[in-house]
Amino acid sequence: MTVTAEPQKAAPETKAKIGLSEGKRAERRLAWWLCAPAVIVMLAVTAWPIIYSIWLSLQRYDLRFPNDTEFVGLDNYIAVLSNGYWWTAFGVTMLITIVSVVIELVLGMTLALIMHRALVGRGLVRTVSLIPYGIVTVVAAFSWFYAWDQSSGYLTGMESAPLTSQWSSLFIIILAEVWKTTPFMALLLMAGLALVPEDLLKAASMDGASAWQRFTKVMVPVMKPAILVALLFRTLDAFRIFDNIFVLTKGQNDTSSVSMQAYNNLLKGLNLGIGSTMSVLIFIAVAIIAFLFIKVFGTAAPGSDTEGRR
Amino acid sequence: MGIAPFRGQPVTGRRRLFTALAAGLVAAPMVAACGTEQGNIITLYYADQEYVPGIVATCNEQAGDEYEIVHRVLPRDADGQREQMVRRLAAEDSDLDLLGLDVTWVPEFAEAGWLAEFTGSNKEAASEDVLEIPLETATWNDKLYAATMNTNVQLLWYDKTLTPTPPETWEEMLEMSQELKDEGKPYEILFTGAQYEGLVVAFNTLVNSAGGHILSEDGTKVEMDSGAMAALRMLQKVATSGLVSPSLSASQEQQIHEAFAAPDTKAAFQINWPYVWAVTPTLNEEKAENLAWAPLPGLDGHPGAATVGGFDIGVSAYSQKKDLAFKAALCLRSAEQQKYAAICAGVPPTLESLYSDETPIAPCKPEVSQDRLSMADAYPMKETILDELETASVRPLTPVYQNLSTITSKLLSPPSDINVNQTAGELREQLNEALQSQGVLP
Repeated sequence: MTVTAEPQKAAPETKAKIGLSEGKRAERRLAWWLCAPAVIVMLAVTAWPIIYSIWLSLQRYDLRFPNDTEFVGLDNYIAVLSNGYWWTAFGVTMLITIVSVVIELVLGMTLALIMHRALVGRGLVRTVSLIPYGIVTVVAAFSWFYAWDQSSGYLTGMESAPLTSQWSSLFIIILAEVWKTTPFMALLLMAGLALVPEDLLKAASMDGASAWQRFTKVMVPVMKPAILVALLFRTLDAFRIFDNIFVLTKGQNDTSSVSMQAYNNLLKGLNLGIGSTMSVLIFIAVAIIAFLFIKVFGTAAPGSDTEGRR
Repeated sequence: MGIAPFRGQPVTGRRRLFTALAAGLVAAPMVAACGTEQGNIITLYYADQEYVPGIVATCNEQAGDEYEIVHRVLPRDADGQREQMVRRLAAEDSDLDLLGLDVTWVPEFAEAGWLAEFTGSNKEAASEDVLEIPLETATWNDKLYAATMNTNVQLLWYDKTLTPTPPETWEEMLEMSQELKDEGKPYEILFTGAQYEGLVVAFNTLVNSAGGHILSEDGTKVEMDSGAMAALRMLQKVATSGLVSPSLSASQEQQIHEAFAAPDTKAAFQINWPYVWAVTPTLNEEKAENLAWAPLPGLDGHPGAATVGGFDIGVSAYSQKKDLAFKAALCLRSAEQQKYAAICAGVPPTLESLYSDETPIAPCKPEVSQDRLSMADAYPMKETILDELETASVRPLTPVYQNLSTITSKLLSPPSDINVNQTAGELREQLNEALQSQGVLP
C-alpha cells in the first residue's frame, strides 16, 4: 500500500506490457491459481451478500406477501429516508457514536499513559484493564441491565426506572459502551505511545517544555497515525452498535440504533425490501466514515510512514 | 474416525485417497439411516410453558410407537418465539412439525403459506365444542389453520380487604384508588404499560370496553372511532393520574404480579391474566387470601370487554410428516390435556364443556400434594372467564399484525406522554401505511 513498495512492483509491470517470458507467464498463472480460492471465498461471503442486499433493496419484498414481490426501483430508499423513525435512530446512533468515542479517547489515552509509565506490575495492570474487553458484550450488557433495572437494580432506587426514559437510557448505553471498549482504545494507543522516542521527549524537556507541552507538541503528533486508527476502528464499531441496546432497552423510548432498526424490519417485520435498504444505507454510512478518516484526516496503519496518506 | 490402513500394508497416496472415499461412501448411508430412524419424531416448537412437558408425556404414552413428540423450547417472550419460527419457516426448514402460535400470528403464518390447513375429520375434531371467539383466532379466510390449545382473558384482580366491592368502571376505579391514596393505604393500579404487546392488549381492551374499533371489521382499513378516542383519553388520564406505579412504562405481566404480591406493596388493583390466582400464593400467602377477581371495568357507559389471548397449535406446511403431526396436534389439545393445563398450570381451556366439568384429575404434582383437583377447585373464577369470553374481542386479524402491534406500542409509549389528538392522528396514518405493508418499523 505504501509508496515505497511501488518502485519494486513497477518494474515487472512495465515488462508485462512488452511481453512476458514463458516462465514469468507460468508464474503469474500459478499466482492466480493460488489466489483463486481466497478470491472465490471473498466473493462468496462478502461481495455476493452485498450485491444481493442491494438487489433486495430495490424490490418490494415482504415475506408475508410472497406473491406481491416486485421491482420498485428506489421507492424503498424514499420510504426510509423520508421516515421520522429512521432519522431518530440515525441521530441516536450518531450521538452514541460521537459521545462514546470522545470519552473513550480521553479515558483510553489516560489509561495508556498510566500503563506505559507503570513501573511495577506492568503486566498485571495491562491484564486487569483488559478484562472488560474480554467479557462478552451481551453478558456485560445483562449485568448493566440488572444493575439499573427497577426491580433488581442496586444502582437505582425502587422509585426510579432509568431504563424507561430516553436520556437516562442513552446515558446507560453510552456508559456500558465506554466501560466495555476503553481498554481496546487504550491498547491501540499504547502501541502508538511505544513509537514516541524517549530521546525526543528528553530533548523537549531539556528545551524547557512542560509536561503538557511535551504531550501536545511531541507525543500527539508522533502518535497521530495510531490515534486516528484507534478512532476509525471505534467509530465504525460504535456506529454499528446493536447488542448493548438490544439487551438494555430493546430500542424502546427512542433508543433504537440504525442496526436495531434494520434488524426489526428484516426479522420482526419480515420486510426484506425495507430492511435491506437500511442495511445498504448503514453500509454507505460506514463507508463514508472510513473515507473521511482516510482521505481527510489521513489515517494509515500505525507505524507506517506518513506517506501512507495519499 | 481415521483413515487407517486396513490390511496392515503401507498406504500409498492413491490408496489413502481411495480409503477416504470408501469411508465416505460407507458413512453416508449410515448418516442417512440415522435420519430415517427418527421418522416418527414430531418436533413441537412451543414456548417454555409449565404444562408442555406434562401433555407431551401423556400424548407420547398414548401414541405408543406411532410417534414421539419432542418439545423444542422457544424463548419466553413472544417476540423471541415468533422470530425463531419465522426465520426457520422463511427458509422452508422441514425440521419443524408443530408450531405453538400466539393467537395473533395465525393470519400472518397462514397468509405466508407456512401453515397446513385443517380439513375433513381433522377440522371437525379441532372445532368441536370450541368456544366461538377462540376458534376465530385459529381461522383465516374461512379456513381453519390451527387448533386451539388454550384461551385467555384478563381479569381485574383486587384486594378485598382494601376494596370490598370492586369497581365497575375505570372512572370508579380511579376514584377508589384516589381515596385509598388519601387514606395512606395501598392504592396503585397496575397494568401492562411497557412498550410491548402487553400495552397493545391494554389499549385494545380499553377500546373494546368503550365499544370502539381500531380497524374496520374486515381488518383492511383504519377506523379509530369515538370509542378508540375515549380509550386513548382514559389511557392518558390513568397514566398521568399519579395512581399508577412509577415504573408503569416498564411493567410487563411478571412485574405486575410480583409488585402486587410484594410484602410492602402499594398496589390495590391489577389487570392481569388468570394465572395470578395460581402464582400469588407462592409469593405471598397473606395477600393471596385477600385476592379477589372481578370482570374488567367498563368505560364510557359500556361494560368492560376483554382482549382474547392464548395459544393455538399449527402444522408447518414444510413438515415431512403432516399426517402424524395433525394427530399429535389433536392429542396435545384434547379435552383431557386442556383440562390438565387448566387445572395444573392455570391456562383457561377453549372447550366449552370443560367449564361445567366436575370430575377431578390425578394430582398435578404427586410429590408435593395428593390433592385431586377439579375445574371448580382450580378455577373459582371460571364463570367470570366464560362471561368475558362471550364479549371478548380478537385483536385485529391481519397478516401485518406484528407491524400494527409494534407501531401501536411505540406510539402509545410511554402512556403518560400521550397527546390524544396528535397520537390518534399518528396512529391513523402509520397503521394505514402498515396495512399496505409500506412504511418503516421503529
